[in-house]
Amino acid sequence: MFEYEAIIVGAGGAGLYAALEASKTGKTAVLSKLFPVRSHTGAAQGGIGAALGNLEEDKPEWHAFDTVKGGDYLTDQNAAVILAEDAVRAVYDLENRGLPFSRTPEGLIDQRRFGGHTRNFGEAPVRRSCYAADRTGHMILQTLYQQCIKNSVSFFDEFYVLDVLFKDRACAGVVALDLSTGDIQTFRAKAVLFATGGFGRMFRITSNAFANTGDGQALLARKGVPLEDMEFFQFHPTGIRGLGILITEGVRGEGGILRNANGERFMERYASTLLDLAPRDMIARAIHTEIQESRGVRGDGSVDDFVHLDATHLGKELIEEKLPDIAEFSRTYLGIDPSDKPMPVHPTAHYAMGGIPVDLDGRVFADGEGHLYEGLYAAGECACVSVHGANRLGTNSLVELIVFGRRAGQHMRQYIKGADFPAVSREASEIAKSQLSRLKGKGEGTNPDELRRDMQNTMTANVGIYRNGKDMAQAIETLRELRERYKTVRAADSSNAFNTNVLEVLELGNLLDLAYISATCALNRTESRGAHAREDYIERDDPNWLHHTLAWLRADEIILGHKPVDTSRWKPKPRKY
Amino acid sequence: MKITVEIQRFNPETDTEPYTKAYEVDADPTDRLLTVLMMIKSDQDPSLGIRKSCAHGVCGSDAMIINGKEGLACKTLIKDVAEAEGATIRVEPLRNLPIQRDLMVDQTHFFANYMQVKPYFISTKEPKSGEFRQPPEDRKEFEEGTKCILCVSCYSACPVIQEVNPDFLGPAAIIQAARFNDDSRDEGFEERLPHLDYPDGIWPCESRFECTRVCPRGIKITKTINLTKKKITKYREDHKSRE
Repeated sequence: MFEYEAIIVGAGGAGLYAALEASKTGKTAVLSKLFPVRSHTGAAQGGIGAALGNLEEDKPEWHAFDTVKGGDYLTDQNAAVILAEDAVRAVYDLENRGLPFSRTPEGLIDQRRFGGHTRNFGEAPVRRSCYAADRTGHMILQTLYQQCIKNSVSFFDEFYVLDVLFKDRACAGVVALDLSTGDIQTFRAKAVLFATGGFGRMFRITSNAFANTGDGQALLARKGVPLEDMEFFQFHPTGIRGLGILITEGVRGEGGILRNANGERFMERYASTLLDLAPRDMIARAIHTEIQESRGVRGDGSVDDFVHLDATHLGKELIEEKLPDIAEFSRTYLGIDPSDKPMPVHPTAHYAMGGIPVDLDGRVFADGEGHLYEGLYAAGECACVSVHGANRLGTNSLVELIVFGRRAGQHMRQYIKGADFPAVSREASEIAKSQLSRLKGKGEGTNPDELRRDMQNTMTANVGIYRNGKDMAQAIETLRELRERYKTVRAADSSNAFNTNVLEVLELGNLLDLAYISATCALNRTESRGAHAREDYIERDDPNWLHHTLAWLRADEIILGHKPVDTSRWKPKPRKY
Repeated sequence: MKITVEIQRFNPETDTEPYTKAYEVDADPTDRLLTVLMMIKSDQDPSLGIRKSCAHGVCGSDAMIINGKEGLACKTLIKDVAEAEGATIRVEPLRNLPIQRDLMVDQTHFFANYMQVKPYFISTKEPKSGEFRQPPEDRKEFEEGTKCILCVSCYSACPVIQEVNPDFLGPAAIIQAARFNDDSRDEGFEERLPHLDYPDGIWPCESRFECTRVCPRGIKITKTINLTKKKITKYREDHKSRE
């Protein structure tokens, strides 16, 4: 049995930052199913938002307001203020640790425009996104991993967490599968932080990595921890046609324009002030509508139909300097040089606004009344603070990792000073062991790939950009069946060392649980708000729905509850751009 | 189009030697090789061992030998490696590191070399407020190295490691050191120097350009190594003349 005061599960931006803080005084280990530098933070492109004001006037207060309005007023407002104020320090901190931001001619951190980020409460787009070409996430991940090396943080690479241990409401550690050997190891800990990222892989077309399977959220849900706002999933407007590979909003931040089959700049009809820099939910819906109304470039309204993202007028020099990876993706996967021709794009499943409910220090809530678990933390995309409300603004995911990963790590450091190691029995790993031996057991089981395809098709078709009660009810039925069939899935590969087959089956189980919860929460919310757009309830309904959803998974049933939203600073108003 | 994918297989629990297994697949010319390998894994052989994550060339998980040359499976389209109907694509694990299973190699040594060069920002200064100032032309000086995704391709392609000196530090670690040595804000050159300037450090490089040829991020690796050699030589000469 291993013993660490603090365990961090996941080695993306939030996990690494928390590890840097916790390891200052506490014995800390990071467990990650991937090598840390493979984490999905590295795929973030366009920037990290902070009101530095390097190119024009900007204020954290404006950033906070944009975040609240962008989230369609489901954002907890005090949390948004902390996010926006601390973003400035976070960006300087990253720069001071060596992060190679792109620069202004004066040598300051350069900033670009991004969707929904505005000057003076919505007047016009503002340059707020601090960026390193279109590799900002890569630079953040690299910088944080470098700092972990510098500070001798302990890593258990390619360890997959199978179980989390509790003593009443106190977290006592985790049980993990060592992928290199197939051995199951118990880690006793005073505090555990989950930073396991998102779960875009429940959809057919997604910008997310294979690894984004919501492992932490699903595990905690099965242990009785509620999940918050799972009905809110962001579709990024511009994924590469058919593949879903992300084309950063930074293209539009630099002046790129969305056009339909007629060459029309259609965003003029949907968001007359911010145009192509409106928030993502609105632009994804606009593209969807254009395609449905036969103004897609193919014109057949099919799932493969698309619109054009035109960057040809930006010039080759600007594209190669500020958007070099986008240019390369476009050349590699589309055979198109974006300085010559527009890129075919359509929305792609991108980001989970919902997740493990946490307070401002990353501590996990047990209910909607403010009761907390002890020694259990979450940060990053897997957590729900909630700073993103019903729709996240571009750049705010990276801000959240740094700001709330740090806060959680700092709180853990304090907590473990005064905490004892909870008792962990020798039998602690038994549940995980029997789960694994069942999966690897003999017999013709259900084919997991078939279940995965059915889940992805169902979620994409029935719980996508636009939703309605009938389709979602159908999705829930299908997901019930798929979860039932999952119980008979067996891994075809029964070997121990580097068994990626077992890992994929475990990940599928997580996705199925989260898809089931997401669809149930979505059917329950009878209004349209942010990314949750219902054809049968087209208006936002503040009197009935201005609150967070909590969902408990109880075996095959889901119990739903509420949690209040903090609207202490800005009164909810209709959302126009 | 119908193609054959020949994959080098090895399971440490059942095999004594690697062997080749051929799989017939129906693939689209614009499919990623990774997609085809995942098709094989799901439809024909779930025991295939492979690392993968982002699937668009930025995480560095799926570097392998594709038709004899290092590349990322997710950044390689079928049409780029299979000329026509009936073509065969050969896929093998990276070279110069022990095979763990099928297409997975043990990267422990690679990462140990990387960590050895102190690949992190070292500075005793603090900016008066906010950020360190750095003109765009100074940032350009170390731009190349920042692109590295530690995918191991260069280390696998290095003929010096394979033929001359298996203890050579390798291209990626030098690139990572240069990324900081060439950063106008950094002060760690002397701390990193002993980890580059020793017989198995930077000097075994013979400028054979294989690393540059295979780098999926297009980093000018050989050029950067030579510039770093020059920088070290100059430092040693300046240091000697001062003594």
